[in-house]
Amino acid sequence: MNAPDLNTTDTSPVQSGRGRWAALAIAGLGVLVLVMAFAVSTGEIRVPFAVIAKTLGNKLFGAAYSLDPIQEGIIWNYRLSRTVVAACSGTALALSGAILQALLRNPLAEPYVLGISAGASTGAVAIVILGFGGGLLSLSGGAFIGALGAFGLVALLASGSGGGGDRVVLAGIAGSQLFNALTAYIVTTSANAEQARGVMFWLLGSLSGTNWADVGIAAPVALIGVLLCLLHARTLDAFAFGADAAASLGIAVTRVRVVLFALTAAMTAVMVSLVGSIGFVGLVVPHAMRLVVGPTHGRLLPASAVAGAVFMVLADLVSRIIVPQQVVPIGVVTALVGAPAFAVLLTRSRRTA
Amino acid sequence: MSISIREAVWKAGRTLILDGVNIEVPQGQVLGLLGPNGSGKSSLLRLICRLRPLASGVIALDGRDIETFSRRELAQRLALVEQQAGTDAPMTVLDVARLGRTPHRGALAAWARHDEEAVESALRATDLWEKRRQTWRTLSGGERQRVQIARALAQEPTELLLDEPTNHLDIRHQLDLLGLLRRLPITSVVALHDLNLAAAFCDRLVVLRAGRVAAAGTVAEVLTPDLIATVFGVTAQIFYRADRPQIAFVT
Repeated sequence: MNAPDLNTTDTSPVQSGRGRWAALAIAGLGVLVLVMAFAVSTGEIRVPFAVIAKTLGNKLFGAAYSLDPIQEGIIWNYRLSRTVVAACSGTALALSGAILQALLRNPLAEPYVLGISAGASTGAVAIVILGFGGGLLSLSGGAFIGALGAFGLVALLASGSGGGGDRVVLAGIAGSQLFNALTAYIVTTSANAEQARGVMFWLLGSLSGTNWADVGIAAPVALIGVLLCLLHARTLDAFAFGADAAASLGIAVTRVRVVLFALTAAMTAVMVSLVGSIGFVGLVVPHAMRLVVGPTHGRLLPASAVAGAVFMVLADLVSRIIVPQQVVPIGVVTALVGAPAFAVLLTRSRRTA
Repeated sequence: MSISIREAVWKAGRTLILDGVNIEVPQGQVLGLLGPNGSGKSSLLRLICRLRPLASGVIALDGRDIETFSRRELAQRLALVEQQAGTDAPMTVLDVARLGRTPHRGALAAWARHDEEAVESALRATDLWEKRRQTWRTLSGGERQRVQIARALAQEPTELLLDEPTNHLDIRHQLDLLGLLRRLPITSVVALHDLNLAAAFCDRLVVLRAGRVAAAGTVAEVLTPDLIATVFGVTAQIFYRADRPQIAFVT
């Protein structure tokens, strides 16, 4: 009775927990690598794993395997970069969702609640249809500026109305409505049918045409995001009972909010500008992971990061192969696959809780 | 003085909530904070934790102005149990109690033996050790209140502030909690509604009324029929048993 058995409890992060954490992290990354390899090998032309490995050897380490140049080209120039960007955006969106749900204490919070996606689409159509920037700005550049602008407006509105979790959500809804209306206004008044279809496709998310330059943006953002999030894991735990409770546990609430809101805004803006506004990942992945690994952010954040990446890589794969000769918008896939899967998870968790 | 409050003024918007409050709490004592609804008890506790900024006045811990502490330093010695605390997160009793160690740990510091001991003794003191695996949502109102008290004890504070901690508690746990506060070598400030509990367990009492101190002193000095009539508007008779007053309300 006197010997505490804390070390062996299933919720303990102590000693044995450290080893298990490392094992789980390695297992998670292993699954991610396998899924990515599978995604790269699958498509209209099937490429064996061995060829993928050899291509990586050739490109990264200067090995001189002789390979079919078509296969090598498909892997390196097309599928690999696309898969890496998918993984990075999945990680960034899922982490953003997990952070916002904790900070705002609202289970509905996700990156787009801050108006970021709506602002990005307005920025994108302003470039593509109205021709802002005179050709100096790409669609992605416009989306990024629009995303940050919308976030700035929402932040201003929220702090002007006294701050607090619900205020941010309300301000985000107002901001999203405004920017979605602006987008619709521009599209209906200025776009021809061809442009309207292109914008529509981009809004639903697409990884077509992503290249290594995109990887060069997405990968550092995702990595920095993961590191900053992990540094704040315990801080986010302290928000479980609200901002006052967090402050009385020694958390510098305002500073943490500023840093983490800015981080989510930047991560989401970058990803949205690269792949379009893909819904659902930021909302669903953290909830699903909470059911699997529990609410402690030391485990929830890494689990969400890996699961978000796996989910997006698979969603991109499905979007490429589900309709022959055609790419379905990835946002359609994430919602069509994710919504029923989430419904099953929710009902099962209720039964066992 | 463990806690000293001088001329504390606080406004919510334009409404004056606390109007020049002076209170001194000696080290290790239990101070009962009494007063009708809306008299400013909760606001005062939040001000001591620096959760709200003072409009004017000074609050000091051991003579050091709380404005000069960092948030973390403050949380290392001062713990608060709020009147109502809730979460949607599926946390266990153990998870919540462990939050109390937050101010004592760095962002990446490992969970130390001492952290574990502090959490365990807090859970045992609040009679929750056997329930440590239960999730928050399966707990009764009284159990939730005790989990928050366990979290505050796990903080190992030298000053503990409790906002109506006996709400929702059954009578045994009410007596256990206030008995625990008396036994612990820390300073506590407890907002209470039950005058008999205050009379039985507190070293000193402060009565707030409309944001001002209406009376302060020992239990016997403060709890008089006159004061109870003026502040609470009820008629009471006071009996003494073993030098502690007991109050019977006349209806």
